[in-house]
Amino acid sequence: MTLDATWTRAWIDRTADVVAAEHTALSELDRQIGDGDHGENLLRGFTAVRAKLADLPADATPGAALKLVATTLISTVGGASGPLLGTAYLKGSAALGDATELDAEALVAFLTAARDGVVLRGKAEVGDKTMIDAWTPAVDAAAAAAADGASPAAVLRAAADAAATGAASTEPLVARKGRASYLGERAVGHRDPGAQSSSLIIAAAADAADGSSKES
Amino acid sequence: MPTIGIVVVSHSAKIAEGVVDLARQMAPTTTLVAAGGTDDGSVGTSFDKISAALAEASRGGGAVVLCDLGSAILTSETAVDFLDDADKQRVVIADAPLVEGTVAAAVSAETGGDLEAVAAAARTATGVADAHADERDLRGGDAVERSAVLVNASGLHARPAADLVTHASRFQADVTVNGVDAKSLLRIMGLNVGVGSTVAVMATGPDAAAAVDDLITLIEGGFGEKAR
Repeated sequence: MTLDATWTRAWIDRTADVVAAEHTALSELDRQIGDGDHGENLLRGFTAVRAKLADLPADATPGAALKLVATTLISTVGGASGPLLGTAYLKGSAALGDATELDAEALVAFLTAARDGVVLRGKAEVGDKTMIDAWTPAVDAAAAAAADGASPAAVLRAAADAAATGAASTEPLVARKGRASYLGERAVGHRDPGAQSSSLIIAAAADAADGSSKES
Repeated sequence: MPTIGIVVVSHSAKIAEGVVDLARQMAPTTTLVAAGGTDDGSVGTSFDKISAALAEASRGGGAVVLCDLGSAILTSETAVDFLDDADKQRVVIADAPLVEGTVAAAVSAETGGDLEAVAAAARTATGVADAHADERDLRGGDAVERSAVLVNASGLHARPAADLVTHASRFQADVTVNGVDAKSLLRIMGLNVGVGSTVAVMATGPDAAAAVDDLITLIEGGFGEKAR
């Protein structure tokens, strides 16, 4: 069982929907420990992504679609999450190459490369109260699920569950990177908006895979 | 000779333009490019603006990039990542305070500094809030000391100050001029030394004597400017 370009487009579409639905809540999280624009920035980015996706040739590979997401986010988001998420999609898409069918191993490779891209750009570690706190547990859970022989959809579900737990785990932390690090102890008790949005993006991947599986 | 351009990246278009205006006062012929704000003019940073600024500023031989907060650095690093390998070698993102770093880098570029020298000049701008932060007394031990009288009519202004810092930076020795770090352009400019003043050069380290001789020759020679 594999996922293809239909899943990729469904994932991007669902992500744009989720960002549109959650952008106010994301900005509210950011208002508490940052500069309050995370939701609006992602909304601007994924609105642009959706517009560009419509122009992408029908036979574009998953990698090509995700590379388009990367370059669009980098040039439209305007905040730190633009280059961070953009680099994640960029490195992830490079890991997929020209593949048209993605198996569990390909998805693990994608998630790993995406996470490594965020680390390369932001130099954060687990526990710094950043989006890495969602990405790294997601990568670990996906790799474990794939090693157990899980389907691509199950790999993504495992990643999504771990990312959600990881995002929640940022609440008691003191931030060590980004704008929230200026707040010291005052950031304690607030969830990191970047970890939350990354968790939503990974959940959208799992939801899109469930949808794709039911349709096929 | 290749010239180095400067890119000023800020979340605010006004800040970036203002910093460029300020630096241009001291570096009128250097290519200074502002890349502030998002594409639609709001607060944030723009990959496309920074990429375009990099292309423009590095045309002469290379570019040094100065940034303000978080995403300015992230977006600049991402823009550099997208360059060809050859072009990547011609760009340095300097870790320095935006205003002071840009001024120091611009003066170095104006006086013919190469990529490494311009980036190093930017980095000398750290900690300028306390003008005496790195004042030091090298006396005692094996310090070498000599004095000279400044002959330049306009005093130790930007160009000779940059010249002095460039010379001092070539030595391993710790060198001070009137008690401040001779490798820091902003410290030297901050001395406000006028014509006829005595300039004391002191150094410690393996090549201290050579460093002092070099700087004294430079000062006595009026930094190559005609005495007026």
